[in-house]
Amino acid sequence: MVQVEGLETLLENHPFFEGFDADTLALLAGCGVNERFGPGDYVFHEGSDADKVYIVRHGTVSIEAKVPGLDRVSLQTLQEDDVLGWSSLVTPYRYTFDARAVSLLRVVSLDAACLRKKFEADHELGYLVLNRVVAMMAERLQAARLQMLDLYQPKGGQM
Amino acid sequence: MAEASTHPAANPAALRAPEPPARGAADPMRPRRFRIARLRRELADTFTLELEPLDGAGMHFKPGQFNMLYVFGVGEVPISISGDPADPSVLVHTTRAVGTVTNAMNRLKAGQSIGIRGPFGTHWPAEAAHGDDVLIVAGGIGLAPLRPLIHTVLAERDRFGKVLILYGARTPEDILFTRELKAWRGRFDMSVHVTVDRATGAWNGHVGVVTRLIKMGGFDPGNTSAFVCGPEAMMRFCLTALAEKGVREERMFISMERNMKCAVGVCGHCQWGGHFVCRDGPVFRFDKVADIFRVWEL
Ligand SMILES: Cc1cc2nc3c(=O)[nH]c(=O)nc-3n(C[C@H](O)[C@H](O)[C@H](O)COP(=O)(O)OP(=O)(O)OC[C@H]3O[C@@H](n4cnc5c(N)ncnc54)[C@H](O)[C@@H]3O)c2cc1C
Ligand code: FES
Repeated sequence: MVQVEGLETLLENHPFFEGFDADTLALLAGCGVNERFGPGDYVFHEGSDADKVYIVRHGTVSIEAKVPGLDRVSLQTLQEDDVLGWSSLVTPYRYTFDARAVSLLRVVSLDAACLRKKFEADHELGYLVLNRVVAMMAERLQAARLQMLDLYQPKGGQM
Repeated sequence: MAEASTHPAANPAALRAPEPPARGAADPMRPRRFRIARLRRELADTFTLELEPLDGAGMHFKPGQFNMLYVFGVGEVPISISGDPADPSVLVHTTRAVGTVTNAMNRLKAGQSIGIRGPFGTHWPAEAAHGDDVLIVAGGIGLAPLRPLIHTVLAERDRFGKVLILYGARTPEDILFTRELKAWRGRFDMSVHVTVDRATGAWNGHVGVVTRLIKMGGFDPGNTSAFVCGPEAMMRFCLTALAEKGVREERMFISMERNMKCAVGVCGHCQWGGHFVCRDGPVFRFDKVADIFRVWEL
């Protein structure tokens, strides 16, 4: 019980949940636990069952792909204030990349099956959370598109 | 690089006659000879020239100003000054080799000479940021024109609030001025965040576009002056991210590039909307150019 109260406060202080009321936070915290990963630890692997959403509280995590001949390629880093693992809320519930802790990483992990069950039972709650997830995905998509533009190549821009 | 196509006469504002050189002042069309005292390879395609005047007279300049660099027998290009404005005895330029003239410049050796006209253009107005948090946002080679501003801000550190440098590069191997960035990051009175668009292996820093660093905050948007330099598309997205954060347009400054010939507001080569970039820029206060900045073709 003490743990769950602590989690509510952690979620309340995270920008992803900004404006959520206490009841909603309590519902979500009911699916969560605190977790930590050491530098170099994998949070999840590409292709594995996506079973958790990670609310990053501290540290940096790298989203990576294995590319033959290139070892691993880091596509984006996420840090505190970010959310990791949206694949666990979208079918087919499989992680699409590796996630590896770059530094000590502290997260609140929310059990995705638990969340999905609550969203099914309470569509308003589901809408509230998925609305934020969509905004986050849109921001990541825009960032990925910018990366694709390869702006710093001589022909890519002015400089 | 989009080249201005319309004649200056199409825009009355652009027709302002350039100030004639003051009597006795050096002819701005005549290059002075400088000797390459030192040549530093920064990156595979980027190098820094430290130049000493053969006539002995140093060059006073303001952060953000540029010179026309003439490689004898090849041609002339505008390059921003990347040195410390407090030290006029040595002129520093950091250049990326992209074409005819810059490649020829890349082949020069220490001891050879080069022609210089300038300094030209407007400057980063550090003085307008007194009392503000200072946000320096650079992309790629865009860190070079901002380096004199960083020197100026650090020389008068007490006059500013927080000082943040946000720098985006293509890969870890493309990060310019690594040694200096590390030294600046080691100071207690400023923050330096570097991000790369892609990384493999040992890189433990940020990966992602520089706009994500802006979103991380760490400055007081209502009291922040932002100085942005990099490829035009990168500046575009950064300015949007800054506006979303609440930084005011009149506190955002950008540096523009257009092809140049005379560099003194005569030929019209560098026309951008109603402005000549060589004379009215390269540094512009964003609210003054926001309307034309959003039009790609200009
Ligand atoms: C005010 C101002 C300040 C500048 N400051 C700097 C600086 O500090 N350091 C620096 O390296 N450059 C700077 N530039 C850009 C520099 O002037 C150009 O890279 C240079 O004029 C290219 O000339 P070139 O003869 O080598 O290339 P060109 O032969 O003219 O061009 C060859 C190829 O390179 C491409 N190209 C041309 N210009 C650029 C460019 N800027 N970036 C990428 N590709 C280009 C062209 O599309 C072309 O395909 C500045 C430009 C301006 C207007
Ligand atoms: S007017 Fe000639 S280069 Fe600007």
